[in-house]
Parts: sequence; structure tokens; C-alpha cells
Amino acid sequence: MTAPMAPPELVQLLTPEGERVEHPDYEIDLTAEEVRSLYRDLVLVRRIDLEAVALQRQGELGLWASLLGQEAAQVGSGRALTDADMAFPTYREHGVAWCRDVDPLHLLSLFRGVNHGGWDPQEHNFHLYSIVIGSQTLHAVGYAMGIQRDGAEAATIVYFGDGATSQGDVNEAFIWASVFNAPVVFFCQNNQWAISEPLEKQSRIPLYKRASGFGFPGVRVDGNDVFACLAVTRKALAAARAGQGPTLVEAFTYRMGAHTTSDDPTRYRVADELEAWKLKDPIERVKAYLFRGQLADQEFFDKVEAEADALGKELRRRCLALPDPAPEAIFQHVYAEPHALMAEEREQYLTYLAGFER
Amino acid sequence: MTTLSLAKALNEGLRAAMETNPKVLVMGEDVGKLGGVFRVTDGLQKDFGEDRVIDTPLAESGIIGTAIGLAIRGYRPVCEIQFDGFVFPAADQIITQLAKMPLRSLGKLKLPVVVRIPCGGGIGAVEHHSESPEAYFTHTSGLRVVACSNPADAYTMIQDAVRCDDPVVFFEPKRRYWEKAEVELGAPGLALDKAKVVRQGDDVTLLAYGPMVKTCLEAAQAAAEDGRSVEVIDLRSLNPLDLPVLTASVNRTGRCVVVHEAPIFGGLGGELAARLTEACFYRLESPILRVGGFSTPYPPSRLEEHYLPDLDRVLDAVDRVLAY
Repeated sequence: MTAPMAPPELVQLLTPEGERVEHPDYEIDLTAEEVRSLYRDLVLVRRIDLEAVALQRQGELGLWASLLGQEAAQVGSGRALTDADMAFPTYREHGVAWCRDVDPLHLLSLFRGVNHGGWDPQEHNFHLYSIVIGSQTLHAVGYAMGIQRDGAEAATIVYFGDGATSQGDVNEAFIWASVFNAPVVFFCQNNQWAISEPLEKQSRIPLYKRASGFGFPGVRVDGNDVFACLAVTRKALAAARAGQGPTLVEAFTYRMGAHTTSDDPTRYRVADELEAWKLKDPIERVKAYLFRGQLADQEFFDKVEAEADALGKELRRRCLALPDPAPEAIFQHVYAEPHALMAEEREQYLTYLAGFER
Repeated sequence: MTTLSLAKALNEGLRAAMETNPKVLVMGEDVGKLGGVFRVTDGLQKDFGEDRVIDTPLAESGIIGTAIGLAIRGYRPVCEIQFDGFVFPAADQIITQLAKMPLRSLGKLKLPVVVRIPCGGGIGAVEHHSESPEAYFTHTSGLRVVACSNPADAYTMIQDAVRCDDPVVFFEPKRRYWEKAEVELGAPGLALDKAKVVRQGDDVTLLAYGPMVKTCLEAAQAAAEDGRSVEVIDLRSLNPLDLPVLTASVNRTGRCVVVHEAPIFGGLGGELAARLTEACFYRLESPILRVGGFSTPYPPSRLEEHYLPDLDRVLDAVDRVLAY
């Protein structure tokens, strides 16, 4: 008699070659239509990202943080959410934003410098982007504590990266979630690089193993496998909603592009690494799976490509049409209630500006 | 009317706020069973339960960060930072998140979070327990910053702070926690952003807030015995400033001294002096002087009486503005 095999460290349900594999703890049963829908998400999200990078290169955006390579982690986890669940992103979660029906123009507005965000977090149950690394993990835990107090059937998911795991806030969030048994899923996209710093600068142990020290489960999932990301996140969210507390999901993936458009990754990483990860592309494997199973024909793929092109084109048009905000916008929304200093400075500056028009 | 200490007045104010609105929460280190190290939250957990009066882990950033999340979910958390010198681990959440998130949302999110901070010295404490960090927060747009100085104001101001849809940093003068005065329970107070003339006078205006209001009132009383008529204004709101009340007074007296415990350099007194000089330039009979802490770290407690402005240092400044 042989001992049962331990589950593999990395949860994978779809290999890079597009083959379905089983995992003892995670299963997924998707219809052909659902798989096609995931494929469409992945392609459209990549297209939005590509267009944004191009817009930045052409001087239309001040900056862009590309999600290239992380589409499956974001779409898989994003599609695991129910409408009642709440997501707290970093500044790279364009794919999750897509899943939460946030108009990508909002994302471009932020990176163009028109505003600092501005979508309605409550309308989409998708919070504003957080630029201070790890700060949003505490907001997510607090929100989850609110869900507990409301007795609601919902959970919170919070996104952060491998670098963020070194932040005090993230570790505090783990502690709070643990001791309050908060319904939150910590979704760490380990894309291997925190700008120029590799994972070894953040941790001596695999990140998902950190969870055990805080007293909740941790799991590592193939972050380039949309099926596995969906299955693992669904299970973690269900556990949270059922009162079983937090889970740390480490989506093992790779940042195929630069940290942001201001970064030059050739200074700190080797091309071989990139080439190896190209073979694990999150979209190609779904395409191969759809082809192999005859779940989609060429017409479908052509249609998605055409839709992506149209989306990119339209997004570009709308981005270029974004008006610069009026100067008085500086003073708007700083406070919810009337504030004497805001009123004073606004009036003084507008009077000053009006002096040029005489 | 009932006689309450400042700490008890805050307690009654918090109780009233919690009774009025079930979304009001109290959270912080030791605020539950212990009732807070100054007993400001005494008995609240017993009456409102552990879900509404939350003993938190020892992590100040966590307190503010999770309060933000609760506020996004529709709650109105009142956070206690145990001592002034311990607010700095939370400074990032207060400055980069709490203060700026409403603007980030273009007004779609409101963050009605109150951050209560016992402040100031004079209690013989060890390091980090006697500081006056208000200028860090008055310098941060998006926050309202207020300081109560007496039980009656403490009672109404804490309720107004909880009702306010903006984040409010609420300073409590810890050495005045045990001082008692008449409080009219249930009565509304002066609006949160209003200053109050607490003693009328014609020769000099003293501007103070928090623990220094009482010191200034004592100085004004002593000055009166020398035939000098000193007006004392309790700022109450540090951001925004109630400039109409301040300028009206300084325009009338022509002389002004600002008093705070915080170091003078880069402190609120500088802002007040600059603004009042602009607004009252032709009426001023002397420069506006500042009395405050030295530009040193807060000293060991055996030296704090040298550091803290007291009646004599305030009177010295009054003499100097009158000598011009």
C-alpha cells in the first residue's frame, strides 16, 4: 500500500499546453460558453492594457502599470466574485476592474492625470486604486468586519503583490483578519518582481506559507491558469462567506512587462526568464484548450479579435477626448462638508485667474 | 446641568452618539473592558457590545486602516489612539488614505472617521506620552482638526465630530481629563468649526486651544489684576480656522499672542500669525508673538515645566506686545 500522494504545491487545472488536469482539492466544471467568455475577458483585458501602453508611449498618459502576463490571475479571481462581494485593488488590477464593469476610461483618466480615480466604488463593488503599497489590505479587512456586522452574505477580496508582503500594513491586515475571523481573501499576485527586486528580497519562504503563521490557510495557484485561479478564489470566497475566515491565495505568475512605463526591466532581469514565462502564457493555453476540445471555431476567435480591436480603438478615441478638468476642480471634493479654507483659496485663485481675462 | 470631568463628558458624548446612530463604532487599544487608559470609553462595551466597541490588536495603522474599511461599508468609527506619540504608525493611513480618499472618489465616498488623540504634557509621563502633533495634521488637507478644552465643549464636539461626514482628528487635552465643569446633557453646542471668545478683553488677544485655554484664562485673570484687559479665544477648530472671529478680535485689540504646547517652529502659531498679520495689518500695534514649546524633542518630565508654556510665560509675552 502506498501513501496517498500529497497535493502538488501549485494548484493547476489547465496546463500551459492547454490540457485539463485534476487536483484533489479543487475542481471546476465550466460550460463551453463559460470558457469562451473567460477567453474573451482575457483577450479584451490584454487589449485594453496594450492600448494604454501605446497611449503612454505617445504621451497621452503620464504613466501606465501594465498587467501583461497577469490576465488569468485577475480574470480568474475577478470572475469568482459575486455582485455582493467587494474588491480592493492595487493600481494594476485592470483585469479585475473589467470584471467589475468599471469603464476602462476611468483607469486611463487616472493615469492621464485627469483625476485620481473617480469611479463609484459602491456602484461596482470595486474600490479605488491604491498606490501606497499594501495600504488597501487594511481597508479590505475593515470592510469585511463591516460585512460581519451587517450579517451579509458577502466576502471581500484584496489584491496586492509580492513586494507588498513586506509592508507592515499587510502583516497587520493578516493579524486583524485572523483574530476577527474576517471574511476576506488575500489575493497576492506574486509576479516575481517588485520593480527591480526579486522575491528573495522579500521572503525566505514561499509567500503562501506565511498564512500558517497568522493562523489561516494559504494556497499557491498557477496564476497563469484562469481555471485554477477561478476555482481557488471561489473556494476561498465561499469559505469566507461561510464564516471560516480569511485565506491567502498566492497566484504564482510573472510580470511580463515593466513595472510601469517608467521602468526598464532590462537593467535587472535576464531575457531567458521572460522567454520561459512566455511559454506559460495565460491566454494561449485557453485558446489551445478551446481548439483541442472543439469548443470554439476560428470564427469565434476572429470575432473576439475584432471586438478587441474595436474596444482599443474606441478607448483611444475616448481617452483623447477627455477634457482637462477646470482649475476649480482642485478644490472640489476635498471635504464633504463646507470648509472655509477651501472656499477662500478657491475664490482667491479664481479671482486671480479672472484677472487675465480682462 | 450636571458636573462632569472632561473624560466623563467625552464618555457621555460618545454614548449619546452611539445611541443616536447604530452605525457608530468605537475602536482602539484597551477601549473595551478597560474603558481606555483614560477611561474615556468606560462602560461603553458593556452597554453596546463587543461588535460596536472593539478592542483592537496593538497596531495603530491597523486601527485607522480598518476604520477606513468600515467607513466605506457605511460605519462611523471613532478610533482611539492611546497616546499622542503613538499616532505615527498610523500617520500613513491618516495622511495618504483617510485624508485623500474622498477626493480620490470625486466625492462618491465619505469617510466619517474620528481619530481621538489624547495630547499634550503636564502629567509627568515617559517619552512619547506628552506630545502635541497637531501641526502634522492641520497641514494635511482633507482632515478636519479640532481640539476641545473643557467638559462642555468635549461633550458636544465629540458628537459633532461623529456626525461630521469628513474625517476629524480630535485632540483631547490629557492633563485636563479630570477637571470638572457644568455640562448640559442633550444640549447642542457651537458648530464644530467655530472659535469661541471665552473671555472678553480690549488690550490683547490670546489665541489658544486644548490644554492652553485654561492657562490663558488664568493669565488673563492675573493680567486683569494688573489692570490689563486680555481677551482669550479658544480656537476649537484648528483646520479650518474660524478667521472671522479671530480677525474681529485682533482688529479690535491690535495685539495678539498665540499659545500652544507644540514647538513654535513650523507650528500652528506661525500660520495664525501670518494670516492675522495679513488680515489685520493696519490695526496691529505690535508683531504677533508666539508662546510654545521649544524646538526640541519633548523633554524628560522633570524638565517639562520649563518646556510647557505657563502663566508667567504667557504674561511675559503679553507684556512684550504691550511694550511696543
